[in-house]
Amino acid sequence: MTLSDTTIAELQELAGRYPQKRSALLPMLHLVQSAEGSVTTEGIERCAEILGISTAQVSGVATFYTMYKRRAMGEHHVGVCTNTLCAVMGGDEIFACLKDHLGVGNDETTEDGKITLEHIECNAACDYAPVMTVNWEFFDNQTPDSAVRLVDQLRAGETVQSTRGATITSWREAERVIAGFEDGLVDEGPAAGPASLVGLKIANERGWTAGMKPIAGTAKKAARKRPASKTAAVAEADTARAESETVDETKGDAS
Amino acid sequence: MTDTLTPVLTDDWADDRAWTLEAYRTRGGYSVLEQALKTKPADLVEQVKDSGLRGRGGAGFPTGMKWSFIPQDNPKPKYLVVNADESEPGTCKDIPLMMASPHKLIEGVIIASHAIGAKHAFIYVRGEVLHVIRRLRAACREAYEAGLLGQDILGTGVNVDLVIHAGAGAYICGEETALLDSLEGLRGQPRLRPPFPAVEGLYACPTVINNVESIASVPSIVREGKDWFAGLGTEKSKGYVIYSLSGHVKTPGQYEAPLGITLRELIDLGGGMREGSELKFWTPGGSSTPLLTAEHLDIPLDYEGVGSVGSMLGTRALQIFDQTTSVVRCVLRWTEFYKHESCGKCTPCREGTFWLTQILQRLDSGQGQEGDIELLLDLCDNILGRSFCALGDGATSPITSAIQYFRDEFEAGMHTASHELFPPAASTLFKQEATV
Repeated sequence: MTLSDTTIAELQELAGRYPQKRSALLPMLHLVQSAEGSVTTEGIERCAEILGISTAQVSGVATFYTMYKRRAMGEHHVGVCTNTLCAVMGGDEIFACLKDHLGVGNDETTEDGKITLEHIECNAACDYAPVMTVNWEFFDNQTPDSAVRLVDQLRAGETVQSTRGATITSWREAERVIAGFEDGLVDEGPAAGPASLVGLKIANERGWTAGMKPIAGTAKKAARKRPASKTAAVAEADTARAESETVDETKGDAS
Repeated sequence: MTDTLTPVLTDDWADDRAWTLEAYRTRGGYSVLEQALKTKPADLVEQVKDSGLRGRGGAGFPTGMKWSFIPQDNPKPKYLVVNADESEPGTCKDIPLMMASPHKLIEGVIIASHAIGAKHAFIYVRGEVLHVIRRLRAACREAYEAGLLGQDILGTGVNVDLVIHAGAGAYICGEETALLDSLEGLRGQPRLRPPFPAVEGLYACPTVINNVESIASVPSIVREGKDWFAGLGTEKSKGYVIYSLSGHVKTPGQYEAPLGITLRELIDLGGGMREGSELKFWTPGGSSTPLLTAEHLDIPLDYEGVGSVGSMLGTRALQIFDQTTSVVRCVLRWTEFYKHESCGKCTPCREGTFWLTQILQRLDSGQGQEGDIELLLDLCDNILGRSFCALGDGATSPITSAIQYFRDEFEAGMHTASHELFPPAASTLFKQEATV
């Protein structure tokens, strides 16, 4: 495969985004993977050429970071978190189950070229354990059954949506976004998943706030979601416990 | 009287399309930006200093003081780098923040850049979070289109350019000097200090590196005032933070509260431990902070409180493990992580984590040898404080603390495998589902 003129122009564009062009090497390698399916020798040479450094220097970087793949990847990258917390909560069992179901080991690709399976380190979603990723999109609160269903859907080419993100595209398309080019899917998915909101929900139910000034003018529209006052919060709250605690808070404020 | 939970950073996460500029503005976002950019940089630094804001990335260094270390008489360009490489096991606060409310971070970036005299800022976000990267890139574009980034922001004459830079999978890049090397297009390896980044950071220029949560807290300090911020929290640990609860609790998730709340309060807010669970051990701030046990349920979770019981507040990554969990299995898995992520620069860390893993593997499988516990402690002693950065130090924390509290489990590793003492199926969530 040869890198297209478009890709080379985009590599140069990435180099131009930084005060010193070598800073663009990580994004450039992401783009090479996106275009080529892995970090190829040609890709390394082109990066070296554009940045005016040696191929050894580029290779040194490409082999340091785990997201760079030197072997051809499957259409989808499936990650299972097996760092301690996810492992204990079920990640180990999910990973074992997927290896068995797909007939591959860690960092291997299925025969149909659809899936590369890898156990990954903590991906900052511990409140959704056990966590998986597909092309670095979150799949929260997984079980062995849901994991098998997920990879079957991916292999069958069905449309799959991240539990907290966008529709799954492909590993190569994901790498392009990571490199620095938008794909128009930003507005898919929620602002936050349920676990991200538990504290906020409790605070809203009980009328707890940080005591910030009310939002001026146009902000009224946004305020509709929040209780206007602690009294309003009491009215909205549906448990007796929240009510009594909120009343206590009000007393506290008055003193 | 302060409320138990105080949503500030998390307050708009449930809003419709919270990640857009429009939604952020309806919440008062960017409303104080113009005023902030017209404020003298030195006054902003003072304001943040006086607020008592301390770094939220783990170390707790006073943010305003960090800003004041930038030598303003140095003719070189100054840089602001946001550390969004959230990778410490258990830590999961910055990722949801940037997914839901990227403009909060960007507004903080603009204000902080002005305060330190930086015309160029970077958000170094870990590469393995596609949707977060999408949201950051879109928010950055929107901010440019609205004249909130770029040249002469809001007619104030202030210029700030922002680059969203994605990493490529390396825990070590959360260490600030390794992050700088990575951002320069090198392998992510820590630098020897001094010189500190404030003097020679990115491209050997004065650089401030701050955590996402620290920078995202800045707009609220400017808007509500330093006294409001300092009025939350405890004497030396001011303000609010995000506590991330995970593991064997009924309601894992993000809880934003003033510094000083206790683990007992947090677990109770979410309805307690999962059915049938008793707390066995927990991490206060990720796997690099020494483990604590049920006897520490009532210590205030602020920098001083956690420090007083021999651990560290870290990133408030509260990973909760119950009585079904083998501490040896957990410590082995963390140690394997540190071995995998050690950058290889310093011998004690590179070789030490390798040896630690081998010993823990045999203890985990019930093949431990006489003297293995002493050997582990001796190795830890030879790693701690003997490398450029804190990765090696962090690797020793779970081991020494686990031996301190659960020595008998390590002794059992001389004859019985951890999976026999603690069948892993009992710890999983779906086992729980099956029995209910």
